[in-house]
Amino acid sequence: MSQEPAAGVTETPNEGVDLRDMSIKPEMYRKIDRIIEKYRSRPGSLIPVLQQAQEVCGYLPDKVQRYIAAGLKISPSVVFGVATFYSFFTLVPRGKHVIRVCLGTACYVNRSEEIVDKLKEKLGIQVGEITKDGKYSIEAVRCLGACGLAPVVVVGQDTYGAVAATKVMDIVNKYE
Amino acid sequence: MAKLTIADLKKIKDEYRANQTLREGAFTVKVTVHMGTCGIAAGARGIMDTVMADLAASGRKDVVITTSGCAGLCSKEPMMTVERSGDSPVRYVALTPDKTHRIFAEHVMGGTAVKDFALVAGHETTY
Amino acid sequence: MVETTSYRSNIMICAGTGCVANGSLKLKDALAIELIRRGLQNEVKIVLTGCNGFCAKGPVIVVYPEDIFYQQVKAEDVPHLVEEHFIKGRPVQKFLYTPPARTEAIPVMSEIPFFKHQVLRALRNRSLIDAEKIEEYIARDGYLAAGKALTEMTPEQIVTEMKSSGLRGRGGAGFLSGLKWELCARVPGEIKYILCNGDEGDPGAFMDRSIMEADPHSVLEGMIIAAKAIGAHYGYIYVRAEYPLAVSRLQLAIDQAMEQGLLGKDILGSGFDLDIEIYQGAGAFVCGEETALMASIEGKRGMPRAKPPFPAVKGLWQRPSVLNNVETFANVPPIILNGAEWFAGIGSEKSKGTKVFALSGALNNIGLVEVPMGIPLRTIIQDIGGGIKGNRKYKAVQLGGPSGGCIPESLLDTPVDYENINKTGAIMGSGGMVVMDETTCMPAMAKFFLEFTEDESCGKCVPCRVGNKTLLNILERITNGEGREGDIELLETLSLQVKESSLCGLGQTSPNPVLTTIRYFRDEYEAHIKEHRCPARVCTPLVKFVVDQEKCKMCGLCFKACPAGAIVWEKKKPAYIDPEKCTKCKSCIKACRFWSID
Repeated sequence: MSQEPAAGVTETPNEGVDLRDMSIKPEMYRKIDRIIEKYRSRPGSLIPVLQQAQEVCGYLPDKVQRYIAAGLKISPSVVFGVATFYSFFTLVPRGKHVIRVCLGTACYVNRSEEIVDKLKEKLGIQVGEITKDGKYSIEAVRCLGACGLAPVVVVGQDTYGAVAATKVMDIVNKYE
Repeated sequence: MAKLTIADLKKIKDEYRANQTLREGAFTVKVTVHMGTCGIAAGARGIMDTVMADLAASGRKDVVITTSGCAGLCSKEPMMTVERSGDSPVRYVALTPDKTHRIFAEHVMGGTAVKDFALVAGHETTY
Repeated sequence: MVETTSYRSNIMICAGTGCVANGSLKLKDALAIELIRRGLQNEVKIVLTGCNGFCAKGPVIVVYPEDIFYQQVKAEDVPHLVEEHFIKGRPVQKFLYTPPARTEAIPVMSEIPFFKHQVLRALRNRSLIDAEKIEEYIARDGYLAAGKALTEMTPEQIVTEMKSSGLRGRGGAGFLSGLKWELCARVPGEIKYILCNGDEGDPGAFMDRSIMEADPHSVLEGMIIAAKAIGAHYGYIYVRAEYPLAVSRLQLAIDQAMEQGLLGKDILGSGFDLDIEIYQGAGAFVCGEETALMASIEGKRGMPRAKPPFPAVKGLWQRPSVLNNVETFANVPPIILNGAEWFAGIGSEKSKGTKVFALSGALNNIGLVEVPMGIPLRTIIQDIGGGIKGNRKYKAVQLGGPSGGCIPESLLDTPVDYENINKTGAIMGSGGMVVMDETTCMPAMAKFFLEFTEDESCGKCVPCRVGNKTLLNILERITNGEGREGDIELLETLSLQVKESSLCGLGQTSPNPVLTTIRYFRDEYEAHIKEHRCPARVCTPLVKFVVDQEKCKMCGLCFKACPAGAIVWEKKKPAYIDPEKCTKCKSCIKACRFWSID
């Protein structure tokens, strides 16, 4: 895994991003408490706990990781190790709409890299980053198993197939 | 619910086959919309909605609509299979709601397969 | 022939048992009365006939000489029928019979190559059953094999059956499944685990997703049978988080099976217990490796460990465990039901049964196909896949994902089975087949896979962590036009070192895409390094964006495609690219059908 240690993850990843909506609210900690409670006695439950905590918070900032470590009575380094190992976990906030571009083989052969380039150009952000208004973030994902529709772009929960690089912004603009 | 035994399995199988076989007096037409990930991404949900609406509008009681997972030919999704009793199932490909309306009117209701949108008729070879 | 001498028309009424029961005699009386009322009794004759076999549509009448077939005519319909047909002379649409031959204009499955070559075993229920209804699975012989295995067979018998069927793991390595089960069955232990690998990580493979979505019970049933064979009472299905539909359908299937007593305590009254739980992966390709997958279920970083001890002896939570992939489990129930001999009846000498392939890339037909082992690669690509899309030329098929290799045109007659595919330098893998045409650059393709493995390497062992990174660096400089003399040889040497010294399957196979592309497309590497040229016009730094004035057909397609207005073109004159305005987007290259732009 080539993921860099996320030093200062609670800070703004992009200059000027308004993170007020993405901060961790007290009720989120209460929800995390309930998740920890449910899994505390079960061995090997760190991954489901992190998955569900990420659902609650949208991402896994340092504070939340430490909170989970304390709750499960394990070292924060173990939590950090797992959270950085798996690509499902993100230590930085995601946009309101996550745009996932598939870079699996079939999509690659059908030039999905050009879609990524177009998105980077039009949204002015890199893969893994979030736009200043917090609306969008771009992610490159491995095969989504919809190779028949290559190249594939997923926005939120919606899958779009046979996407042309020139048309991708028409899709993105549908999401406000 | 009582737990099944092996004898129950055979009973369910026979009963289900008896009920699901297309015949007079029960269902005479079966419409299967193929809804795997590919199909759904290609618009199978809209096709399902169209068929449901057309069926409701027709008032027919002898048509059953069902789903299945991936039908295997992803590049031609969304797909739908129409089977009328006594006739080979016909698989339609690359559907749109408009094409679906026509298939419903001409094949499901009228009994004539719509050649323009049909890929193939018959069953695949299973063991 | 029918006698028509003194009558202009004959009405043949079926008086077979079926039609009489449906009221054909009443119909005859009604017709006779109506014909008299209309004064047609001397023109139209009524004839009673024997059964014509269309009893389901009775009462049936046939009118000669027009030879018109009416069905389900009732006595009360007679006045209308006589008025329309015999007085106005037009057939009554409402009663016209629609013959089944109406679909004859549409080709049947056996006429279409996409379907003709397929034999569905693992995919036996595809498009036939509703994945969310357990009854539909049962109606297609579902759970009968589990019933047989639980009540009539000993674990040894199951293992023997599986071993003699010759079923090999469909996840990639091709280890004999029955042997794996046997090893685990022999290890003593109260607690054992049966595990299903649904972490389909190879980009370009999606058969496991399809099976979990379309036929989840077949996976559960395979796991029940395996659990009985090895003596496990607990199972996990490890599914990628990227497959939400598969997760929800599997969960529903587990709930239904629990409710019906097909999972849980005392399955089918046999006294055998098995619980199965879904474990959602969190996105790590290396978790397809069995020891890494087990570490992941234990909540750790998914890193592989050295073997032995093998998982059959010490697996999940240090207990004896068996891991098979989704397609392997889906193959198990029919083997138990129909016997090993039936299963081994098709396939090649050492690879029995069928294999599912996910066809994608530059083909006309894209999808999942299940074919007998040993079928030539050419049949899959040209007949089933329908050949290359859009008038282009075939270049290679990539088999086995990041662990596999690219197979060129000259080897297309290779029979598809474990041994023969390995000989080409590729591997069967899980069955992803991505077909590439002449617009794919092979060094760039190798770089693409190395980016993948470099990113997904867990970092535990040095050869994989550092070796793949170094391979990637070399490929990057080649595709950037900075390749050096000797780079090809360096890639080859380093590849072999990484293969030989890596800890797990990921590193042991990750150089395969490099090695096979060098083996079959060495000229492309040489063109990049020595001539600073990318023959497929993919590697932007090596593309000059100059129109070859000799080759240009003056068609203007590039002019229309250019979004930057950088192309100067007039009718009957070759195009010219203005380097000042060109943004190097390659729209012109894609538009040009004659390879005239370098």
